[in-house]
Amino acid sequence: MKPQLIVMGASLGGLIALSQLLQRLGPAFNIPIAIVQHRHRDSKDSVIDFLQRSTSLKVKEVEDQDKITNGWVYLAPANYHLLVEPGYFALSVDEPVSFARPSIDVLFESAAEVYGPATIGIILTGANHDGATGAVALKARGGTVIVQDPATAESAVMPEAVLTRNAADWIMPVPQIAEWLNRFSV
Amino acid sequence: MFYAKKTLNHIDMDVLTSNLEEIEIQLLLEGIYQYYGFDFRNYARSSLKRRIRKILTAEDLEHISALQDRILHNPDCFKRFLLSVTVNVTSMFRDPSFFLAFRHKVVPLLRTYPYVRLWHAGCSEGQEVYSMAILLQEEGLYDRCRIYATDTNELVLKHAKKAIYPLELMQQYTQLYQQAGGKHSFSEYYTAAYGSAILRSSLKDNIIFSQHNLATDRSFNEFHVIVCRNVLIYFNPTLQKQVHQLFHDSLCMFGILALGKQESLRLSPFQTEYEPIAKSEKIYRRLS
Ligand SMILES: C[S@@+](CC[C@H](N)C(=O)[O-])C[C@H]1O[C@@H](n2cnc3c(N)ncnc32)[C@H](O)[C@@H]1O
Repeated sequence: MKPQLIVMGASLGGLIALSQLLQRLGPAFNIPIAIVQHRHRDSKDSVIDFLQRSTSLKVKEVEDQDKITNGWVYLAPANYHLLVEPGYFALSVDEPVSFARPSIDVLFESAAEVYGPATIGIILTGANHDGATGAVALKARGGTVIVQDPATAESAVMPEAVLTRNAADWIMPVPQIAEWLNRFSV
Repeated sequence: MFYAKKTLNHIDMDVLTSNLEEIEIQLLLEGIYQYYGFDFRNYARSSLKRRIRKILTAEDLEHISALQDRILHNPDCFKRFLLSVTVNVTSMFRDPSFFLAFRHKVVPLLRTYPYVRLWHAGCSEGQEVYSMAILLQEEGLYDRCRIYATDTNELVLKHAKKAIYPLELMQQYTQLYQQAGGKHSFSEYYTAAYGSAILRSSLKDNIIFSQHNLATDRSFNEFHVIVCRNVLIYFNPTLQKQVHQLFHDSLCMFGILALGKQESLRLSPFQTEYEPIAKSEKIYRRLS
């Protein structure tokens, strides 16, 4: 089955890991990617610009009701949760989940519900446990979970939290994750 | 279209239970609408589902159908439901750049009116409305303004009318006020007492708080400005469209519509009826 949506979560050290990953995706990569990167509430365009420099895919901060479209990389806006509806995104300002807004768990859980087995979830470097519960939910719905090899992560806490919960299908360093994803996009 | 197919033993139980949950949610929302008149049927499902699950845990129940039973037979439970299902998170001068843009781009337009009616739809506990009142006072416009502040949730309105907030928030509000182009010292606007900050009562002078449900109530006046931020994100596309119709019907010619930072008119059928005044701050003006 061709995946329909890739969701990614990253925290401490995430921007570098994300740019390394995006950089290695083929120019015609055609699965939409949604990212939650924990960051300070005031940062905005600089993150988009930074990620955009690493890829020819189009990077944007999600606005409510944005259609989920191939060829795009979507970033959760600061201070909003990013949720998936069938074919489009929704946002919310609900309370932070495990101190995080946007929350990786929220993105993963809602993607799992809508796209189930057609979802790939990727957990990258980070110094907290956000994403572990989401990864469990995603796996329960038949999705695929990939975890950055903790040995290669700037902070191993977040990848390890997923491993502890037995929710990972694959453990790989970032370049290999990109390679693995590229196979789906031919 | 969710039904359990005949071959039950071959069915993926995870998919099945998720469909059952979907059915239960539909029944719950239908029941609430028919019995209490509150219409959540066209709220964005993804976040609504999360909140219903949270309520389920708080009520210590296992199934949504049990929650339905309790809500329909116990009005207090419905009150609790209402409070947690509508998300009331707010702040004074939330997104200060919005207020800054309002000051620079909208205030000059408002000066040309002898009398200004504003509507804050989904005002929550009032912080956004009082922020606007402060801004209008500082611009010398408040005396000729009347602000209608509405929300569907009576409990938050009660709170809003009091204009009393936790003192510990004032430091953050002060910062936001300054970033929003505030002209004075924010401490002039409140008195501290017993761990609370009581807002200056003159701010309340021209504000009318009342209950109004965007999903089910009609237009109730014609406004020069409508502010509705971080409310539409909780609605699905159908309800968003309906509310945009309501706003269009309630705005006077060249009236101003202000949405939340991540909301836009882009996907509304009314896109062509407005021009952006401060695009990145989501401030629009009705064309005719
Ligand atoms: C997240 S708050 C936004 C508060 C404020 N506008 C801000 O941006 O800070 C959303 C508010 O919308 C209200 N709301 C939800 N559904 C509504 C409806 N159908 N009609 C009117 N208000 C509604 C909720 O009660 C809540 O107070």
